[in-house]
Amino acid sequence: MTGTELAVEGVTLTAGAHRLVRDVSLTARPGEMIGLVGPNGSGKSSLLRAVYRVLRPEAGQVRVDGADAWSMPVRHLARTVAAVVQEAGADFDLTVREVVAMGRTPHKRLLDGDTAEDRLLIESALTSVDAAELADRPFDRLSGGERQRVLIARALAQRPALLVLDEPTNHLDIRHQLDVLGILRRMPATVLVALHDLNLAAHYCDRLYVLCDGEVVAAGPPAEVLTPALLNDVYGVTAEVTVHARTGAPQVTFLPDEAARPALA
Amino acid sequence: MTAPATATPTARRPTAPPEQPRARTFALTLVVLAVLLVASMTAGMAVGSVRVPPGEVWGIVTHALGGDWSEPTWSRARETIVLDVRAPRVLLGAVTGAGLAVVGTAMQALVRNPLAEPYLLGVSSGASLGAVAVIVFGVSLFGPLSLSVAAFAGALLTLLLVYTTARSGGRITSVRLVLSGVAFASVLTAVMDVLLLTSDRGNEARAVLAWTLGGLGGVQWATLWLPGAALALGIGVLLVQARSLNLLVAGEEAATTMGLDVARFRARTFVLLSLVTGVLVAAAGPIGFVGLMLPHIVRLFVGGDHRRVLPTAALGGAVFLIWADIAARTVAAPMEIPVGVLTALCGGPFFLWLMRRDARRKTDRGVA
Repeated sequence: MTGTELAVEGVTLTAGAHRLVRDVSLTARPGEMIGLVGPNGSGKSSLLRAVYRVLRPEAGQVRVDGADAWSMPVRHLARTVAAVVQEAGADFDLTVREVVAMGRTPHKRLLDGDTAEDRLLIESALTSVDAAELADRPFDRLSGGERQRVLIARALAQRPALLVLDEPTNHLDIRHQLDVLGILRRMPATVLVALHDLNLAAHYCDRLYVLCDGEVVAAGPPAEVLTPALLNDVYGVTAEVTVHARTGAPQVTFLPDEAARPALA
Repeated sequence: MTAPATATPTARRPTAPPEQPRARTFALTLVVLAVLLVASMTAGMAVGSVRVPPGEVWGIVTHALGGDWSEPTWSRARETIVLDVRAPRVLLGAVTGAGLAVVGTAMQALVRNPLAEPYLLGVSSGASLGAVAVIVFGVSLFGPLSLSVAAFAGALLTLLLVYTTARSGGRITSVRLVLSGVAFASVLTAVMDVLLLTSDRGNEARAVLAWTLGGLGGVQWATLWLPGAALALGIGVLLVQARSLNLLVAGEEAATTMGLDVARFRARTFVLLSLVTGVLVAAAGPIGFVGLMLPHIVRLFVGGDHRRVLPTAALGGAVFLIWADIAARTVAAPMEIPVGVLTALCGGPFFLWLMRRDARRKTDRGVA
């Protein structure tokens, strides 16, 4: 399992009369980690929702491994594509292990029980997000960061060939942000991830797509995409981009207005 | 940068953990509840204006079931009381209690709200109105099944109305759900009262009014099969789909990404829940709060996995309603209190406790 190919072809998404995304195309080759960046409301989440089959495209197609994601049964797609979404579940006294076990559902028939293999997959998914010790805790009582890691573990337990994540580093402290992105980096799957932090995106992703007002305004390797001109256009901020001496990744430094800085003592 | 714990999932080979401790609790709970159920049914057949010792109850029941090893030592009158009056009543209590608990469990998962329950959401009122309309207007399109069919239609319509009203922007808040349930229930009950008061069948209206408070009295063997069949169908279908109910708890989008066709599943399950509720209401009247209390109590013991909650809630609901009915028959004897009044007496405070607990949990987590 080394990941599958994703091809978003000319997708347009609307909500009522409101257009969310216009004519967006995006590809991810097997095993690639693709970052989706852009300001709030630029259409990142909407585009991801079209990929994990919650928001049906008005026009265009989403192809996973060549097949139209929207014309196969939901269950079928869920065996290939997993997602970590931004949505609160309800409080129903489930343990962390039971939440992660849900990830096995698309591989199960109606009356199948959990096998030893399932339990193994669940356990190793929890271990890989550093959450093995949480297994028997009630999911309702976890902190925001712990919840996020458990939800990622659930997606891992699904054993996807394509993993879609909507800002998975939200609510995480910096150590867990790095850990989570490191896990995604090493996943034997194709990864499509929406991120806010441009430096993290530059460091971990093979290629970036920049969305603005529902359209792709730039795409390519981070070093080519993240330029001061683009950042000014898209975010309206002044920034310097250098190549970090040790990591070799582009390093974005934002330059706030002089007046907004605290005076140095 | 990363601890060794974050190696790739395939690189490590942790041994499969043993079955969860909850699995053992689950088995134990089922056994305890099954024993309790048998004991409760015995009590239900023993207690009443004429007391029959439990041993004699067993003798009568085994004798009737064909276990002919004991020579009858009891009077014919006692046999009639146990077999023809109390046994069907106890069975209807068990079936209704189990059915309401199961419907409540599934409804809470389906609308992802811990306060959902057929009575609170007005579904029982819808079913009642359907049944009353059939009685008042004397419709009998479906023969003896007319009452249940009308109750089913009323339940389904109300459930759809309440759900659509409470849902806005893809989310259902507790407040909106309960308020629309209460609002629809008031309107439906008012319409039902008008129908009953203006009906020219005065005597029947009185009987129906008693039925609208929920009661298990006057049931006969001949009509018992329908609630039984509805319960079997409901539990069977829901147990098979227990995993899907689990997924819905995670959220609708998350459930979709894990392979559940949410819209279709919800539509099908709404119909099923309305069917079970309709049939039960037609048989026993609208009995409230069983569907609210049982799932929550059961989750404290076996956790939230629906593969465990459903059977446990069914057994618990059966036991609970049998005892509620025993209380209804005895506390004010020889007067009989409608069992729905008693369940409301327990359920109201429970509802308040639940509401406060949820609010507390939310503030604990810093959610507004």
